[in-house]
Amino acid sequence: MRYLQDVVTLRYAADKCVGCGRCTEVCPQAVFALQGRKAVVTDLDACIECGACRRNCAAGAISVDAGVGCAAAFINGILRFGDADKGTCDCGDSSSDCCGG
Amino acid sequence: MSDCCENPSAAPSCCCARPPNVCGSVSSPAGDIPQVRTTWSAADRRGRVLCRVSNSFRMHYTVPPGLAAVGSPTAGSPVFVSANYKLSFDHLRTSLAGMDAWVLVLDTKGINVWCAAGKGTFGTQELVRRIASVKLGDVVSHRRVILPQLGAPGVTAHGVKRASGFTVAYGPVYARDIPAYLSAGCRASPEMRKTRFTLADRLVLTPMEVLPALRHYLWLAAVILLVFGLCPQGIMFVPALRQGWLFLALGLAAIATGSFLTPLLLPWVPFRSFALKGWLMGVAGTGALQLSTSHSMLADPLILASAYLFFPVLSSYLALNFTGCTTFTSKSGVKRELRLALPLYVAGIALSATAVVIYRLRQWGLG
Repeated sequence: MRYLQDVVTLRYAADKCVGCGRCTEVCPQAVFALQGRKAVVTDLDACIECGACRRNCAAGAISVDAGVGCAAAFINGILRFGDADKGTCDCGDSSSDCCGG
Repeated sequence: MSDCCENPSAAPSCCCARPPNVCGSVSSPAGDIPQVRTTWSAADRRGRVLCRVSNSFRMHYTVPPGLAAVGSPTAGSPVFVSANYKLSFDHLRTSLAGMDAWVLVLDTKGINVWCAAGKGTFGTQELVRRIASVKLGDVVSHRRVILPQLGAPGVTAHGVKRASGFTVAYGPVYARDIPAYLSAGCRASPEMRKTRFTLADRLVLTPMEVLPALRHYLWLAAVILLVFGLCPQGIMFVPALRQGWLFLALGLAAIATGSFLTPLLLPWVPFRSFALKGWLMGVAGTGALQLSTSHSMLADPLILASAYLFFPVLSSYLALNFTGCTTFTSKSGVKRELRLALPLYVAGIALSATAVVIYRLRQWGLG
């Protein structure tokens, strides 16, 4: 299953990469692959912006506006605070249940 | 949860001194560690089902944070890290059947690993703190913890190493792949690194889509009955039902398409946008009901317009709410959907309401 194209904020600076391979280890979408001593982005649109690669890249080669793709959380934020980013999925709140996994 | 739950072995008389699944204890240099079973009990199975249908049950389905033992682990045994959501813990301990291992449970406020990692509660800070509080460095002689891969959005592996001396290895996405991961020398195959989202995975999530939607449906039903029951003489119950049942049924159809069928049939519904998927299914649901009933109101273009403007929008909204349950949506993508969809939702609802009001005013002889 694929989501929207050309929207993800993942940016990768190959010149900073030290080839440790952490990004290939943490990505649940196989966005990165290791080719020789460098990581390469093989499937940018598959990125779900979870931020695992950025957080685990000791070389600081990756940037991404990380978050959870949860409409319930954004709508909650808009309604309560007027700002989508301030919303949480509020798993304790019976009105929005995005944490079923 | 009371404080004693932080360290169940130290507070034998406490309410949670004997957490579920404990079958004994294992002595370690840091004291006795509760030993847990690796089987699913009847209560575990019941809990697994209840988690999927009751939000209030799920929010309190926790295990005490801290260290637990599986089998008879020693100083050389591997350490697996988990969340204190009981279902996460159950999946881990049952996947470790036949092994000797330590399980380090983080306090994620009862939230599963992936969601807790997104919130930061399954995070570097909590892991470092928990490693210290259970004296993991005394319990094991190696310096390595194995985390579920989906914990990575909250954990900085090199930060954990710097702060605690422990190396973080990310294990497979699914606990059931742990035996294969271990026998491959702590290597996860590319397949083990990917999330899956099968029909069964989606099916178990749908009750928590449908049930909250039905709770909100009561409000919609009240509005529908009010609109069709309100007469110059007052609120009339018989016309409310006689005319209103069509919209009541369309509302249920929209919940069926938006909260159940769209999530279930996700890969086969056209378009990538959840809003579009839900809208399309909503049009289909509204159409199916239109064709299968002979309600006299359906002959009126205002009612038809109102129905097709509102109910597909409702289905679309409900489908969009499923984005957070999936494994493959992104924050930027969902935001783009919302930016486009929300104004259309508002316009659709306003136009639909206007059409119904005009229809009612005509019935009253005012239009």
